[in-house]
Parts: sequence; structure tokens; C-alpha cells
Amino acid sequence: MTSNNKLFGILVPIISVLLGLIVGALIMLSSGNNPLEGYVALWNGAFGDAYTLGETIRRTTPLILTGLAVAFAFKTGLFNIGAEGQVIVGWITAVWVGLVIDAPMIIHLPLAILAGAIAGGLWGFLPGLLKAKLGVHEVIVTIMMNYIALYSTNEIIRSVLTDQQTTTDTIAETASLASPWLQSLTFYSRVHYGVFIALLAAVIMWFLVERTTYGYELKAVGFNRHASNYAGMNVGKNIILSMVIAGAFAGLAGAMEGLGTYGNMSVMSGFTNLGFDGIAVALLGGNNALGIVLAAILFGALKEGAGEMPTAAGVPTELVDIIIALIIFFVASSYIIRWAILRFKKEEK
Amino acid sequence: MFDTLQSIIPTVLFYSAPLILTALGGVFSEKSGVVNIGLEGLMVIGAFTGIVFNLTFADVFGTWTPWVSIVAATVIGAIFSIIHAVASVTFHANQVVSGVAINMLAVGIGVYLTKEWYDKGQTDMVAQPFYTTSIPILSEIPIIGPLFFKGIYLTSYVAIILAFVSWFVLYKTPFGLRLRAVGEHPMAADTNGIKVAHMRYIAVILSGAFGGLGGGVFALTIVSNFSGSTIVGQGFIALAAVIFGKWHPLGAMGAALFFGLAQSLSVVSAGIPLLENVPQVFLLIAPYVLTIIALAGFIGRADAPRANGVPYIKGSR
Repeated sequence: MTSNNKLFGILVPIISVLLGLIVGALIMLSSGNNPLEGYVALWNGAFGDAYTLGETIRRTTPLILTGLAVAFAFKTGLFNIGAEGQVIVGWITAVWVGLVIDAPMIIHLPLAILAGAIAGGLWGFLPGLLKAKLGVHEVIVTIMMNYIALYSTNEIIRSVLTDQQTTTDTIAETASLASPWLQSLTFYSRVHYGVFIALLAAVIMWFLVERTTYGYELKAVGFNRHASNYAGMNVGKNIILSMVIAGAFAGLAGAMEGLGTYGNMSVMSGFTNLGFDGIAVALLGGNNALGIVLAAILFGALKEGAGEMPTAAGVPTELVDIIIALIIFFVASSYIIRWAILRFKKEEK
Repeated sequence: MFDTLQSIIPTVLFYSAPLILTALGGVFSEKSGVVNIGLEGLMVIGAFTGIVFNLTFADVFGTWTPWVSIVAATVIGAIFSIIHAVASVTFHANQVVSGVAINMLAVGIGVYLTKEWYDKGQTDMVAQPFYTTSIPILSEIPIIGPLFFKGIYLTSYVAIILAFVSWFVLYKTPFGLRLRAVGEHPMAADTNGIKVAHMRYIAVILSGAFGGLGGGVFALTIVSNFSGSTIVGQGFIALAAVIFGKWHPLGAMGAALFFGLAQSLSVVSAGIPLLENVPQVFLLIAPYVLTIIALAGFIGRADAPRANGVPYIKGSR
């Protein structure tokens, strides 16, 4: 049975991605485009040269972190739809620290990164607290927190950080993650040191969950809240802790955007979608650290490659959003894929 | 005072109508035990369909175009929601995940087709949106007339009437009893011969119809064109209204009206003495903050249908 589960754990994501790409091809066909041209453009847009490769890595960086944010909460049986809002508050806080504090890089940069993580953690704390103490469903609270983050942040940019402007100033160089070395390797793409932070975070998540008693308790609470309670674990504390750590991961993702990619923050009319894509990443990655990194690379490549599709193949970039949504459906409906695989196996015998 | 009311009330009704409609959809779905985070996406599909239909058939239907367009939006919304029904009822998928996917898929498809059909990121403005009307006779009544029946969109009345119809259907008919039973205790309902999956399919499709209608009304009264940023958060405000209204059609309507008030105040507050100095951001986030407070139990208890979000697997306990 366990070997079966492992097999499914690998097969279901692969089949889902393939199905997503096949349906994507059908959509291109039915709207009069050439799917082969479309996918070649997608590939070239993501891995075609050093520049696009750098940009793909840049896109993958925050996706790893938001994927971890969703997956970490999920380990404790919590659904963190609030990664989106946590990204936004992490972003603004990191930029804020990057703007107003004057310090040498060795203090300034870690401080700005940490500030982003703490802000995200605080944004996760409230839903965690409400869940632990009052049993309020975290899904609804985190959705509401997303909008509160969006509108408040816009207001902060307009009224506090600038004088009715739509973009903040660029952060001090001592707080920047930008890497001339990585940029020169990739023909001046916007790739930055954040990718190492993201990979480190993935290792931390793996270590926390698999190798520490904290992680064991978090998982136990996720498996069975009541049993954990009877075993003497503090369920409420674990729920809050899980949401705070998850929020911190997402806050880091925001800090990567603020300190690495953009160096500032602009008023947003809608969400970054990093948080929602994080749900897809976590789901496809099977909520484990290695899977999340791989899934983030896949989605980063899809999103980056999409930019090439309109010019090279006449396919709107939104095709990639459709493919990602379909992949989520297929993974979520893995029940039917498992059923089909089992059926297939039986017939073989 | 009277002038202020006269400027606020029509605006509130105007902003609330799409929220009321979409929230009713949410009530149907969640009452049957299927969480519907996808309301936002259903509104997107409704808005897209309403605008495209209106642009395409304005010559055929003339002044009736907006009405036919929102019917089309309703039908397409219902069809689109079948995806959510299949995933969450038949395939036992996580309903929240499926809802998130619905939202992504809707924006993806809407903008993809817009670019394919119109070669740009947003459509043209429609030639036949809804216009305000004054109802003859009723608008002549002193005080009430000018407040409620003058310069009003008829769709606002449609929304309020449908809220009462939904209440009647859910609480006064055998169909409604079955739908609620399936959401409270599917096994007991099943034992009594109610087809759980069947009822949940109907409920989700109804939510798609209402969500599509809400999106169509939003597009044809408030924005008049479609792009990727036509619907930003209205579906989630509607979801908030479902919860704030304690999963009751009339409660949801009240909540939607209240949130509509918050939205319209953020637009017209400049002209109101008391609110002039309140930063717009507080009015913008009010619906979301209030929903969290309501959920935390500070404004009465908000209890979800017992089996909300739990797939029903026959024979399992």
C-alpha cells in the first residue's frame, strides 16, 4: 500500500501536468492557433537564452516561498489562502525598512528581509489566533485579510511613503538583493540573490517538518486534532505557530519582490497572484519541500515562457493561466486519476 | 439630509444588486454543503458573457439587449459552474481548491477569448448598457418616490425580488428542505431517500446561474466593458455577505446592501459632511473587517451548514 501511495504521489502530478498541457493544446487548436508553435514559443520564452533563464529563476523564487507558505499550513490541516495578503504586507514592510533605515548592508539587508518575514508572520497570526481560540474558519479570514492588506498597502504607498504618488522611491542600495554577478551571467535579467534564500527556506521547511519535534507536533495536529490533544500537545499553540511560520514564508516572498526584483512597490489594482499560484505549487508539489521547488520551477517557467507566446505564435499569455487552473483541477480530482490507474492495473493482470 | 439620502440610496441599490445576486448563489451552494470560493470566477464569466453577448447582438435585440445579455450570462454561468460540481461532488476534490481553480480558469478564459476575438486586452464599451429609469406612478409618491423609485436601475429590484424568491424556495418548499438537509446531514438525508449528489449538483448550478447573473449585471450597469480587472473582489465581497448574512438569503441580501453602502460611501463620501474626513481606505476595507468580526462571534453567532465543505462518500461514516 505504501509503495502504491508513493507511486501515486509521483504519477498524479505528472499525469495532471500532461493533461493540462493536452487540454491547453486543444484550446489553441480550437481557437485557430498551432499548438506546436505555441509550446515551442513557451519553451524558448522560458529557457531559450541566458536572459530568459535568469528571468525564469527570478519568477520561480517567490513561487517557492508562497508554495512553502501554503504547504506548511497544510501540514497542520490549515488552508492558507492568505498567502496573497502576507506577500503584500511582507513586500511593503521590506521596502519600508529599505527606504527609511540608514545602515551598512550587513545590518540593513538582513533587517529588511526579516521585517518582511515578520510582517507576513503577523498577518498569519490573526487567522491562526481566531482559528485556535474561537474556531473561526481560516479560509474566510485569510481571504478577508488579503483585501485588507491590498487596500491598506495602497493607502500606505499613497499617503505615508509618498505624497500621492503611485510608486515608492527605490530602496537604498544597502538593502538591495540585486546581484550584478548573477545579472552579468544572465545578460542583465532581474535575477537576484533571493533564489538562494528561497532554496534555504525549502531546506528549513524540510528540516522543521521532518526532523524536529515541533514539526512532528504540527503534523500530528494536522492528522488528528483530538488525538494530539489527548497526547498532551497544545493544539491551539501549534495552529497559531503553523500560521505564523506560513505567513513568514509568504512575507519573505514579498520581500524578494520588494528587495530583489523591483526595488520598490507600486499601488496595485489587483492581486499579485503569487499567493494563489502558491496554492497550485503546494498542491502539485505534494506539500513536500523538494516537490514544491520542482513545481515552482514548472510554474515559473510556464509564466515566464508565456511572455513569448503572443509574438512568436499569436497565442495570448492567458493560455498559461488556463493550463495552471486545469492542473489544479486535475490534482484536486486525483481521486479519479487514482481510480483510473487502479482500473488500468487490474486490467493488465 | 433628504438630499444626502437621495444621493446615497440609489447608489447603494446600484452597487448592491450584483452583490445580492452573487451572494444568493453562494447561499444555495453552501446550504447544500458545497463551499463556493469560486463565486468571483463565476462573476467573471457572467461579466464576460454579458458584455460579449451585448456587443455581438446589440443590433438584433435593440433596447432589450441588456436583458437578453444577462439571461445569457446566467446560462453560461450555470454551465461553467458544472466544472465545480463535477470536481467537488463527483470527484470528491477539495472544494476550496476547486473554487480557487474556478477563479483562475474564469479570468484565464475570459481574457484569452477577449484577446482572440477583439485583438486587445479589453472589449469596447457596450452600446446597450442598462440605464436608470423612474417607475411611473410610484416615483410620484412624496418622499418615498424620489428615494426609491426615481433614477433607479430595474436590476436592483430584480435582485431584491430574487432574494425573497430564494428565501421562499429554501424555507417553504420541499425542494428547499431537501437542499438544506443535504448540507446539514447528508447521511440522514440519503437514508431518507434524498439523492445527495443530485441535490448538490442542482445547488452548485444554481450558484453558477446567480453568480453569472450577478457578474452580468455588474458589467452592464457599472463598467460597460470587459477586461481582466473588471471583477476585482466583488465575488469575495459576495462570499463575505453570505457569511455575514449567516447563510440566509434575506440575511445575505441585508449584508450585501450594507456592503454596497460601504462601497458607495467610498465613492460619494466627499459630499457628505460627516464622512468627508474619513479616509477612503476605511470604507474600502470595512466589509472585510466586519466579516472577520462577525465570524469571531462578536455580532451574534455565524454557524455554517454542518456538512459545508465535506464531500459525501456513500457508505462512509
